[in-house]
Amino acid sequence: MGVAASNIAITAYRVANEPEENIIDRVYEGLVRHTIIDIDGESLDKSIGWTSIDQPLDPDFSGSSFLVGSLFVFALRIDKKVISPKIIARQIQKETARKLRETGREFLGKGEKKALRDAVIADLNRRIPATPRTTDVVWNYEERLVFFFSNQKTANEEFETLFTKSFDMNLIRVFPYTFAMEMAGLTDGEIDRLHGLTPVSLVR
Amino acid sequence: MLDLSVAYHRYRFVGHEFLTWLWFVFENDPNQIALEAYPGFSVKIGNRVVLENTAHQAIETLIIKGEDVGLEEAMLSLKKGAMISEINLVLSTDRQQMQFTVKGEGLTISGMKLLENVEMEDELDREGFLLDRISTCEIVMNWLFGVFRIFLKIRLSENWDRRIVVDMRKWIAERP
Repeated sequence: MGVAASNIAITAYRVANEPEENIIDRVYEGLVRHTIIDIDGESLDKSIGWTSIDQPLDPDFSGSSFLVGSLFVFALRIDKKVISPKIIARQIQKETARKLRETGREFLGKGEKKALRDAVIADLNRRIPATPRTTDVVWNYEERLVFFFSNQKTANEEFETLFTKSFDMNLIRVFPYTFAMEMAGLTDGEIDRLHGLTPVSLVR
Repeated sequence: MLDLSVAYHRYRFVGHEFLTWLWFVFENDPNQIALEAYPGFSVKIGNRVVLENTAHQAIETLIIKGEDVGLEEAMLSLKKGAMISEINLVLSTDRQQMQFTVKGEGLTISGMKLLENVEMEDELDREGFLLDRISTCEIVMNWLFGVFRIFLKIRLSENWDRRIVVDMRKWIAERP
């Protein structure tokens, strides 16, 4: 999902903080500190981090490669491993049978069952590759405006969290109320009226 | 400022009123949304309109889609008290034509396509291509924000109840 796609979705954000002089260094450090970590061959099932827009599978932010004109351009990558619950259940069944056979017991305790389940899931996660999904980010820091190229709730929430963690800046999602309060240049009288606004009926 | 998740739901109706007003303006006074920063822009309704009626206890949703979308049913729905929650628009400039859907409650864009582009994207290098695409997205978002700002000013003025609502009710009652 991105700016170069043939079908584009955009959610806009306002950066709550004023732009700073050393913003380029700060963005670079945030991108590097929270670069996506590859989880193929690992027991983890999910990884979230930043990646480059040009090389989403091999992120590299050196040489200010995230600067395009006067904009910061990078991408959020979410790697996820999805294992079918049926496969998990079958593996647990097989492992349980093996353990019972080896120990000569009839039942496993509650703690043993949980440990076995965790071990099965970790083993399956090590064996299957993650599916990466990238979503582009365009940040106009002079305008304090960020475009995130997805409208999906989960992706937007992950993006908001990682952005704040990486750059120590808060994002305000642009929707009618926040636009009115932050970007419309309303007078005090208009803001008072906004707070008392109720829906109108257009039917006589 | 209110809590944002509360505010999102509390002011959902403003986005719906905005899109409904937008259709009214397209048909009655398109100059009202002519932005100084974007001279020569023209806008028309594209291939999808979604309406929501919250006049009764349950929310009723009507989706109208297809090329040359007929707006008679949408108008019928407005006559029953519905408002537009999503609208597909075609925005034309002197060098580009973009089609996209605006969702009123979040001021988000989806399904945006470039129908025409005078610049040959193939001839641009990677950075040129990216900058061109970003510029197109900025044009669409800034146009949307500009028009929404005009609406807000009108919505929060005394003129809204005195004149605009009266004119919109008349338009809805009289339009076939």
